Amino acid sequence: MKTAVIVFPGSNCDRDVAVALERSSGQAPDMLWHRETEVPRDIDLFVVPGGFAYGDYLRAGAVAAHSPVMREVKARADEGTPVLGICNGFQVLTEAGLLPGVLMPNMGLRFLCRDVYLLVESHDSLFTDRYDTDQVIRLPIAHHDGNYFVDDDTLKRLQDHEQIAFRYCDADGAVTAAANPNGSRDNIAGVFNRERRVLGLMPHPERLADPLLGGIDGKPMFDCLAEALS
Amino acid sequence: MKPKRVGLPRVVRRPSPATEPVPDMNESDGNEGEPNESWAPPPPVAVVPRSPQPAATPQIATEHGLSDEEYQRVLSILGRTPNLTELGIFSVMWSEHCSYKSSKKWLKTLPTTAPWVVCGPGENAGVVDIGDGLVVIFKMESHNHPSFIEPYQGAATGVGGILRDVFTMGARPVANLNALRFGSPDHPRTRHLVAGVVAGIGGYGNCVGVPTVGGEVNFHPSYNGNILVNAMTVGIAPRDRIFYSAASGVGNPVVYVGSKTGRDGIHGATMASAEFNADSEEKRPTVQVGDPFTEKLLIEACLELMATDAIVAIQDMGAAGLTSSSFEMASKGKLGIDMDLDAVPMRETGMTPYELMLSESQERMLMVLKPGKENLAQAIFRKWELDFAVIGHLTDTGRMVLRMGGAVVADLPIDPLAQASPEYDRPWVPTRRQPVIKPDDVPGRDWRQALGKLMACPDLVSRRWIWEQYDHMVMGDTVQRPGGDAAVIRIHGRNRGLAMTTDCTPRYCLADPKEGAKQAVAEAWRNLTAVGARPLAVTDNLNFGNPQKPEIMGQLVEAIAGMAEACRALDFPVVSGNVSLYNETSGQAILPTPTIGAVGIIDDLGRMATLAFKGENQPVLLIGDAVGGRGGWLGQSLYMREVLDSEDGAPPEVNLQIERRNGTLVRELIERGGIVTACHDIADGGLLVALAEMALAGDIGVAVATDPASAHAQPLHAWLFGEDQGRYILTVADDGAADAVMRASAEKGVPCRRIGLTGGDEITVDGPDAMTLEEIRTLHEGWLPDYMNAGGPIV
Repeated sequence: MKTAVIVFPGSNCDRDVAVALERSSGQAPDMLWHRETEVPRDIDLFVVPGGFAYGDYLRAGAVAAHSPVMREVKARADEGTPVLGICNGFQVLTEAGLLPGVLMPNMGLRFLCRDVYLLVESHDSLFTDRYDTDQVIRLPIAHHDGNYFVDDDTLKRLQDHEQIAFRYCDADGAVTAAANPNGSRDNIAGVFNRERRVLGLMPHPERLADPLLGGIDGKPMFDCLAEALS
Repeated sequence: MKPKRVGLPRVVRRPSPATEPVPDMNESDGNEGEPNESWAPPPPVAVVPRSPQPAATPQIATEHGLSDEEYQRVLSILGRTPNLTELGIFSVMWSEHCSYKSSKKWLKTLPTTAPWVVCGPGENAGVVDIGDGLVVIFKMESHNHPSFIEPYQGAATGVGGILRDVFTMGARPVANLNALRFGSPDHPRTRHLVAGVVAGIGGYGNCVGVPTVGGEVNFHPSYNGNILVNAMTVGIAPRDRIFYSAASGVGNPVVYVGSKTGRDGIHGATMASAEFNADSEEKRPTVQVGDPFTEKLLIEACLELMATDAIVAIQDMGAAGLTSSSFEMASKGKLGIDMDLDAVPMRETGMTPYELMLSESQERMLMVLKPGKENLAQAIFRKWELDFAVIGHLTDTGRMVLRMGGAVVADLPIDPLAQASPEYDRPWVPTRRQPVIKPDDVPGRDWRQALGKLMACPDLVSRRWIWEQYDHMVMGDTVQRPGGDAAVIRIHGRNRGLAMTTDCTPRYCLADPKEGAKQAVAEAWRNLTAVGARPLAVTDNLNFGNPQKPEIMGQLVEAIAGMAEACRALDFPVVSGNVSLYNETSGQAILPTPTIGAVGIIDDLGRMATLAFKGENQPVLLIGDAVGGRGGWLGQSLYMREVLDSEDGAPPEVNLQIERRNGTLVRELIERGGIVTACHDIADGGLLVALAEMALAGDIGVAVATDPASAHAQPLHAWLFGEDQGRYILTVADDGAADAVMRASAEKGVPCRRIGLTGGDEITVDGPDAMTLEEIRTLHEGWLPDYMNAGGPIV
């Protein structure tokens, strides 16, 4: 699997996700600087990492969505190359129009860093194949703007096409308001594009992909990408 | 000390190792200290500045915080009246914040060396060898005054400043910690300050992408008008790529990088060296504004440049900005600088030399490059979209010559300013000792009522509301998250870890500054030990009131003596630190707060300990016993304060030999592997609070059984809530392991008692009376969010 991790000024989970990718695939990803306009043809997967691209000035992900490298990523995504956006990367992908919806400030208006439980809504994708549908997994969130919003029509389309990847739930898998850390519509934590080849999610799978860090629920995502794209 | 008149001092190109702790720069590179042939010296310097600036007057000097005596010293050093820029430079360089003039005499008594110490105090941060060709670089620094005036920006820029101190030396920052002290929760301003400070620390650290992993929070009315924000950064660097601040090489370019200079933070260092009063609100414009995004770029750009061989010396622009950075670099290298202020990147037009030299705009660095490396360096900073400007050159004059608009706007001798700053031996009186309170004289209360009260008191409640606002996992190496005895960060790519903590119990320090400071050092050492780490070294942040009052100066003197004694006894040298004085508002001083930040090393992360109970039916052991077997030290305990509403008595004694003996045993047991399943030190609140914390963390209860043999030796409440030092609670897998620990303890002469068994979902003491974990958890987790969400008047 040949992966490219996009690095914007202000990205800060680029190394973390590179470590997780290399652990699962045995291959260190390319780190692609935001000014790159010539992206190698043989990239199998783009990863837009967490952090504060361009300081999140204007709006989280807004400036990054218009950077030179994102034009290339969009073109490749249109051709079917998978793209994974984590946290700030999810914000960038929505701003770039690769995924529907927007991420607004958390309902509590505070940055939140904690483990949350997620219900796997669909195992039918490159990213979630190693999970079971309706499995409950535990991953950390760390964001100020993770409050996912879509209008009614878009929500219905997401549901109809099974584009919802993860929803916030409690330890038993119940999707409740109390288990929703940021006010996201319908407890949505992650969504696919229509083709299920682009995934954006607010939780950080790379942060729990190593037993020493307290859990490995994030590891299956990188394992199944490595398997599918090798 | 009589100031020496300095005209044009002889140039000493290399600092003498005997006088300055400046290690060799980089043995393999020959030319960094050599004159740059291509550079032509500037025209001769006019002795009297030809600028139209107003001359200083005694009154202006007073307004700048210089005493009459200090102003006379300025006149004597210069042999003429300074202009306004020059006076401003003197005032910040000689401020308490920059010069340590009241504390220097006493700081010299602290132990600062050990075989593993690479660089002690005097540089931007302390450097300690951790093996594998790596060093840990760390320091703690206060941002108290700005945070009180403008909590978000004050705290944020405190984080930014301490990060720069660490990456300036070549380290990638790997963790932040912070020690916070707020006023009484009832004070109308406290909620606003907590919210702002926490958001500011998070806002900065989260964006920069360095995990905030630990710290401490206290509330006390003495901080109502003067909160404390002490921020600590820990970084890791290769042993052979440490960067220092001593300039060398006449003719080498002096380079400015980072953000542009604006008018913010002018005179921050002077503000930080004065008492507060009712007009402090007016000082808001002296608070700097931080931009963590720029800081992140600056970290990456500096580390990228540091991987080359371009840098001779580097210094961040912290307090007193361009003034202190340039003077420190030149002074350490015994050189001069000829600086063109027109070349300084400016945020606004029309800035004066005075403003440029005193601005505390954030995210700026000053460096000396090797000749010919300007283009290489500039390309890196351009890539990261940061300003880069050659603003001067090193000279052999020993003078700081500032030019602007074609005129010399300041011309000052460097050494008298930087080295011959005033040093005071201020009068002091010892703190009157308090009587030792006998346990039998302290009324008992139902243990459930007392435990409930303690677990819900502001100094002991869960800090989750705070640390959840900090990204404590970014960088992917946080092995122990906040909430334990010490945070643990994995050394990237290895199976070794750094443990880190901050500690101080200010109420002990008020009652007895010496014993309290010993306790702060001992508790930091104990917290590192409790996770299985070998304690390495200390950074300190000494927060006190006005040193011109003999009682306050006495607190400082005695606290330093206590720290020195503890650091010596525990082989725990002080490698960096910061002093914050004048923490008073309208004459009310804070509790003396010598915060200790400490770092230790864990050689095998597979053998690290955590405090959570791990399973049911595990024997619970108490390691260590009360001093002299009496036990149950309740003076200055939280039991006395929270349950009985009394802040009386002498604080617990710290016996450093016992501390060391007990801790060494605990560390050996943890390192042995397979025996200890959980470990926690006993501190604030005593034995039962420590057990409750372990139970909550593991969600497993405990049945405590007092020892019938010693049941009459002390009252139950003294045994449960006494704050005797040097103690730990361990759990072990089974009876066999318990026996092994008892044997090992007996061999080392360490008291060890079996005091209970884990299991169930409640805590019991000698029988049926119980408190459920759910009940305790609600009290413990509920207070801070309830308090912060309660709204109420925000002032």
